[in-house]
Amino acid sequence: MAHSAVVSSEQYNYEIVKKFAIAAIVWGIAGMTAGVYIASELAWPFLNFDIAQITFGRLRPVHTSGVIFGFGGNALFATSYYIVQRTCQTRLAGGTFWPNFTFWGWNLAIAIAGTGYLFGISQGREYAEPEWYIDLAIAVVWVVYFLIYTVTLVRRNQPHIYVANWFFMSFILATALLHIFNNLAMPVSLLGIKSYSLFSGVQDAMTQWWYGHNAVGFFLTAAFLGMMYYFVPKQAGRPVYSYRLSIVHFWALSFMYMWVGTHHLHWTAIPDWTSSLAAVFSILLLMPSWGGMINGIMTLSGAWDKLRTDPIMMFLITSLSFYGMSTFEGPMMSLKSVNALSHYTDWTVGHVHSGALGWVAMVSIGSFYHMIPRLWNTTIYSTKLIYTHFFLATIGVILYITALWVSGIGQGLMLRAFDEYGNLAYTFVETVVFMHGPLVARAIGGMFFVSGMLVMAYNIYMTIARAKQEEKAPVIAVAQA
Amino acid sequence: MLKHESIETNSGLLIVLTLVAIGIGGLVEIVPLHYIDSTIEDVKDPQTGVEMVRPYSPLELRGRDIYIREGCYTCHSQMIRPFRDEDLRYGHYSLAAESKYDHPFQWGSKRTGPDLARVGGKYSNAWHTQHLIAPRSVVPESIMPNYPWLLETELDYADVGARMIALKKVGVPYTLTKDEYTGWTDDKGQKHPGTVERFGEKVANTLDINRAEDNLLAQAKAGNYDGDPSSISEMDALVAYLQVLGTMVDFSKFDEDHFIQFR
Repeated sequence: MAHSAVVSSEQYNYEIVKKFAIAAIVWGIAGMTAGVYIASELAWPFLNFDIAQITFGRLRPVHTSGVIFGFGGNALFATSYYIVQRTCQTRLAGGTFWPNFTFWGWNLAIAIAGTGYLFGISQGREYAEPEWYIDLAIAVVWVVYFLIYTVTLVRRNQPHIYVANWFFMSFILATALLHIFNNLAMPVSLLGIKSYSLFSGVQDAMTQWWYGHNAVGFFLTAAFLGMMYYFVPKQAGRPVYSYRLSIVHFWALSFMYMWVGTHHLHWTAIPDWTSSLAAVFSILLLMPSWGGMINGIMTLSGAWDKLRTDPIMMFLITSLSFYGMSTFEGPMMSLKSVNALSHYTDWTVGHVHSGALGWVAMVSIGSFYHMIPRLWNTTIYSTKLIYTHFFLATIGVILYITALWVSGIGQGLMLRAFDEYGNLAYTFVETVVFMHGPLVARAIGGMFFVSGMLVMAYNIYMTIARAKQEEKAPVIAVAQA
Repeated sequence: MLKHESIETNSGLLIVLTLVAIGIGGLVEIVPLHYIDSTIEDVKDPQTGVEMVRPYSPLELRGRDIYIREGCYTCHSQMIRPFRDEDLRYGHYSLAAESKYDHPFQWGSKRTGPDLARVGGKYSNAWHTQHLIAPRSVVPESIMPNYPWLLETELDYADVGARMIALKKVGVPYTLTKDEYTGWTDDKGQKHPGTVERFGEKVANTLDINRAEDNLLAQAKAGNYDGDPSSISEMDALVAYLQVLGTMVDFSKFDEDHFIQFR
């Protein structure tokens, strides 16, 4: 056992995976802490402290970029580099230089963009706030990532490309397409920071939400399904439930997601046909989404006892349950009649977080607890702390989304309420007063989740520290033998 | 018959087929919006034939830049939906034409605060200035941050011309030449209306990039948006922008159901 592990750490480029994994945890804590802070600003506005750099409007993209691209992005680089090597049984392409280039390029880009937001440098496009020069840098890093990934696939020592890699490839291609077209812009000057987007109004809105929803569909879903398809069978010690289902759900998901972005624009000035098309595809999307969930959860059949005994499995299966729940909630919210109430309210924010915390973060956390001890050729420092993390995270997510159901549906109902004379029953600010309680509960939910991340950081730190001590020990053992 | 095995064993085929699968949705939904004329309504004054929706004046443009800088879109939408409650609360539903010069669009996705698509003219300049400095001094229950620095910071308008040129390159009818202002006929005999004909002389003058700084100073002086005539602050620009939102189309000039035909 120990022998083969030593071989695999020499055969594969694990150093780059380690770097990305640690960066993901650091960004996760930073981005989620920023999230708790802006959530608290909504509950207690004095926290803005009249400091321009930390007002809600400037700090919010720090949170979203920090968790999506910092935490999510680094987690995807780490796991995709790990999985492509293991499943192709070949070393990562590009030597040590090019993978390191993607590491520093990606992380510097996010760090510079994030610092810029604090000083008001933003394109004003949700989830695509970085200005044109960062966008160009990201495009270069992404092309290198694509090449490293593809060349590694081509050099595989296995006839078949494993299903996880299909999802990662789809994510890499779609992200490139979305990033480039959504960020087309005209700089004011080549030495300046400001640019104006190429499109305006309706066309700009369409492009932005084609991007915005597929940042969810490919960055935050397809890629994490890739993660799921490797780590769930590995941790369960069983093959994927249905090979046929994985084929159907891969192609259906890749094809359908790209149609659904316009459900963010129901009832707006965009032509009705686009939003109707998006609604239809959103409903259809329930099927491949649940196909993926079923394929993941059923992989555990015959080993259900692991749900009691293995906290990593608890993370993975709970994440799939949240995936199933939010991919049911999403199509429901894309119905025009539901959307009329839910749009512009906290319900949407809660929905995003049941996906982002419940699904994306939890599947990453489970995968990390599986992968990190293997990277350092050791075992986890404390299984008990994984349980602690699991309960902190689960309580956090449930508190968060429940609070925002109350806040969002409540506000939606209040805004459309009329009195007996047909006048509006509430002013806007009365809904703001109503939302105070749920917004406090939401901030507390976020605090639970961040404290779980801190427990994880401690556990991982101790695991790595112990592994480094063990590294010295075998030399003595060998000498004695 | 293509077997899935041949895709799984050929990375090139996998890449090509995946690109096809992910490419179609965007092509079908995005490309037609650039070519179907009815996507954006033609909103002209029924009496004069002048286009009602115009590009922003230099001062309003700088105000809009500040709106984007501060991330106002994270809490305020600029898109009124065709519902009875929104009509009563905010006014006529938003037209596509009303954001045709918005690079980028600022429709928003969340209303932590109210919609701003028609906030222009609803409150006085003094109210906006006080509200931006200290929102809770006018709306005690508000959770909006204070923006005191807007009044303290002088507006940087040195590059407003360059900003207008960049927007001109992406299709906003700001003008640099006399032809663009008065109109011209090309070699094929096709007439291109100038901004004077499209928007009227008064508006056309504000769209002239050569006069951008003078126009900005003149509007700030005449408007005195922040109540302090001694300097031009970022507050002047932002309030000028807020005050124009939703005011370009005069709905009283149209029949009540005129715009329904475009939906």
